[in-house]
Amino acid sequence: MTEMLSQLRRIAQDRTLSFKQKEHALAVEAENMLPYVLLDTETRAALDARIICDMYEGNAPYKPRYVLPDYEVVLKNGSAYLELPKPETLDEAINTLQIAYHHVPSVTGMPVFIGHLDALLLPFCDGASDDELYRKIKLFWRYIDRVLPDAFLHADIGPTDNRVARAILRADAELKQVAPNLTFLYDPEVSGEAMLRLCTDNIIACSKPHIANHPIHREVFNEPGYAIVSCYNALPLRGGAASLARVNLKKVAEASANEADFFDVQLPRYVNLNARLMRARIDYLFRQSGFFDGNFLVEEGWIDRDRFTAMFGIFAMAEAVNHLQDLAGRPGRYGHDAVANALGHRISAQLADLVAREPMDHVWRGFAMLHAQAGLSSDAGTTPGVRIPYGSEPDPVSHVQALLPHHRHYLSGVSEILTLDETVRANPEAVFQLAKGALQLGFREFTANIAGNDLVRVTGFMIRLSDIRLYNAAKGSRVNTTALGAEAADTVHILDRKPRVVGLELMAGSGV
Amino acid sequence: MSDGVVAVSKFLAWSVVDGPGNRFVLFLQGCNYRCVTCHNPHTIGVCSDCGACVAVCPSGALTKAGRKVVHDPSVCIACDSCLAACPTRANPMVRRLTVDDVLDLLRRNAPFLNGLTVSGGEATLQLGFLIDLFTAIRAAPDLAHLTLFIDSNGHLPAEGWHKVLPLTDGVMLDIKAFDPERHRRLTGADNDLSLASAKLLAGAGKLYELRFLLIPGETDRPEEIAALAALARDLGPETRLRLNAFQHHGVRGPAANWSPMPRDGVEAAAVTLKAAGIAEVATPSVWLP
Repeated sequence: MTEMLSQLRRIAQDRTLSFKQKEHALAVEAENMLPYVLLDTETRAALDARIICDMYEGNAPYKPRYVLPDYEVVLKNGSAYLELPKPETLDEAINTLQIAYHHVPSVTGMPVFIGHLDALLLPFCDGASDDELYRKIKLFWRYIDRVLPDAFLHADIGPTDNRVARAILRADAELKQVAPNLTFLYDPEVSGEAMLRLCTDNIIACSKPHIANHPIHREVFNEPGYAIVSCYNALPLRGGAASLARVNLKKVAEASANEADFFDVQLPRYVNLNARLMRARIDYLFRQSGFFDGNFLVEEGWIDRDRFTAMFGIFAMAEAVNHLQDLAGRPGRYGHDAVANALGHRISAQLADLVAREPMDHVWRGFAMLHAQAGLSSDAGTTPGVRIPYGSEPDPVSHVQALLPHHRHYLSGVSEILTLDETVRANPEAVFQLAKGALQLGFREFTANIAGNDLVRVTGFMIRLSDIRLYNAAKGSRVNTTALGAEAADTVHILDRKPRVVGLELMAGSGV
Repeated sequence: MSDGVVAVSKFLAWSVVDGPGNRFVLFLQGCNYRCVTCHNPHTIGVCSDCGACVAVCPSGALTKAGRKVVHDPSVCIACDSCLAACPTRANPMVRRLTVDDVLDLLRRNAPFLNGLTVSGGEATLQLGFLIDLFTAIRAAPDLAHLTLFIDSNGHLPAEGWHKVLPLTDGVMLDIKAFDPERHRRLTGADNDLSLASAKLLAGAGKLYELRFLLIPGETDRPEEIAALAALARDLGPETRLRLNAFQHHGVRGPAANWSPMPRDGVEAAAVTLKAAGIAEVATPSVWLP
C-alpha cells in the first residue's frame, strides 16, 4: 500500500506532466488497484515472467483497446444522444467530427482514429474553392494537434486522388505537427502514381504519411471495410480491437532447448497461453464491464459489438532468431543472412497457423489477428515486431527484401521504419521508387523517416526531437507521446537507430 | 569484346547519389588515374596475388590456393585490414561477375530501381564488358525501365565513346583540374582526353552531370573556377554542375594531411559559377560536423 501511495504521490507531484496527463495516469493506477481478471495458474505464471504481456492495458478492461467509429453515421444522421443535427455544410461537418472525437474511448484516453477524412468531407465540399478548403483543413489540423495532442491519433485518406486528400497533404507538410498521424491507402489501380509521388514527397518534408497497401488490406476485411489506426494497426471499421496481448519471442527462444523444441513445444505452448490471457480479458470487457450496454455509440450504429477483433501481438523476432542461430551454431544474423531470415519467415508462418487454431468468443470472425507489435518504451534488449535491430539495418532495399516474406502473415498490421539518409532530399525520385517497389512486391505498409527531420516516427507514432530535448531538460511537453519517446530514447536507445532515428513505443499502460 | 567477366569492388542496390532516382551501382576494380586525393584508393589497383593481405586477415576469409588469393565472403567480417595492407591499392574482396550475374542482381532488385550506374575505379577501362552488359539489358524486356549511366573520369578516346554511347542514357563526368600541370600532379595523367570527352558527351546530349572536386589551394583557385565556368558555358547553359568537397575519408598518403575543403569555400565557388551564368550548381547535401 505504501508503495502504491508513493506512486500516486509521484504522479500527483510530477513537475513534467500536465493536469490532463496526471488525471490519465492516476486513472490507470486506480484501475490497477482492482484485482486482475481471472487467470489460470499457468497463464498467470507466463504473464508474471513476461513471456506473454498484456501491454499493461489495466487490470479490469472497461473499454476496448481501439475503437474505430464509422463517422459516416453521425455525418449522415446527426446524433440524438449528442443532440446534433445532420450537418449540411463543410463547417458543420468538421464541427460535428470535432465534437464526435470527444466521445470515442481508447486505451490512451484519446481517439486513435478520426476517420477516412477525404471520403467523409468530400460530399460537403461542392461549394468550397480549393483555397477555402485548404484554409479550413489547416484550422482543423491545428485544432486536432492542440486539443487532442496524441500521436496515436490517426487519420486515413485515399485511395482516390481527390481535393480533400491533396489539401490535407499540403497542410500536413506545411504544419509538420505531431498529430494527427496520417496514412494514405494506396491502390495502384485507383490512386495513380502522381498521388504516390505526392505522398513520398511529403515523407521527405515531414516523415508522413505512412502508405498502406490498400488492395492487400481490403481483401482481409468485409463491409464496411477497415482503417489504419494508432501504430499502423489494420482493424475493422465500425468496430476495432477489444484487446492486444503479445508474446515475447526472445523469451520463448530462451526457454527452448533447440530449434525443434521451439517449433514443436514452446511456441505452441506460449501461443496458447497468450490466447488464454486474451480470452480472459475480452470476456471481462464483453460480459462484465458493461461497455456495450446502453452505449449510444452502439445504439446509434457508430460501432457494432460484433466487429471487434483481438490483436495477437508478437515482438523480438530478431532476438529469437539470433538465439536459435546461436543454439544451432550458425553465425548468420537476422536481417543480414539468408538462413537466419528464412528461419524468421518460418516462425511467422508457424505463428499464423497456431493463431488460426485458437478460437475466441466475442471476437470478429471468431479468431484473433496476428500483429507484429511495435514495442513498449520499457522494453530493453528487444526489437519491435519483426524488425531488424536498431543500428544494424541493411540498406533500405535489402531491408525491404529481408522482411517482405513476413508481411502476408500479419493481418492486423506490421510496420518497418526505413530510415533514409539526408541525401535523398536531393533525389525524391528514389524514395518514390523505393515505396513503389515495396508496395508492388506486397509490403503491407511503407513507412520512412528522413534523418535530420525534427519530426520523426517512434515505431508508429510521431515525436519531435526538439520536444525530447525539452522534456529531458524537465520542461514537460504539451504532447502526450513525448514522455513515451523520451523514455524509449533512454531505455531502448531508439535514437541509435541508423542514422539517428526511431523505433520504440509506448509507456506501459498508455498506448499502442 | 570482353572476356565475359569483370572484377567488381562492390555493388549497391540502393544509391541516391549516382544519378536520378535509386540506382544499382557497380564499382568496377581498376583505374587509369592515380589521384592523390582518391576517396576509394582500394579500387585503383589490380590484385597481383602477392598474399600480403592473407597475413593480416583476422577471420581467415583470405587464403592462398596455389598462387591465387581467394576470398570467402561467408567468413569475412568486413574489417578492411586487407585494404590497408595491400601494396598495389587493390582489393582482394573483389567479386568476379559475368553479364548474367549482373542481370540476375538487377532482376532481384528491379522493382526498387530507376536504373544502373557503372562506376569505378574507372568504368570505361572495361569498355567491352560495359557494351556487353548494356546490350544485354537493352534486350531484356523486364529491365526496360532501367536507365543506364556511366560515372567516368573521361579518359577515353572518342572511338570508345562512339561504341558505348548509343546504349547509354547519361554520363557523369569528373574533371579533376584544368591546369595541365596540376592535373598531372594530382592524377598522374593528362587532361586532354577528359576535356575532349566533356565536349563530345555534351554534344551527344549524354552529359548528365559535370563533377568537380574542390581541393583547397589546388582546384579552388580562381583560375580553376574560371576555367570550369568557361567550360560549362561552352558546353551549354543547361549543363548540370556538381561541386564536391575534398575530405579525408579513405584518403591515403600525403593528401591525408591536406586541409579538407571548407563549406564556405564550396559555397563561394558556387556563387561565382552561378554569377558566370551556370544555371544549376549542386553542392553537397550533407556536411559532416
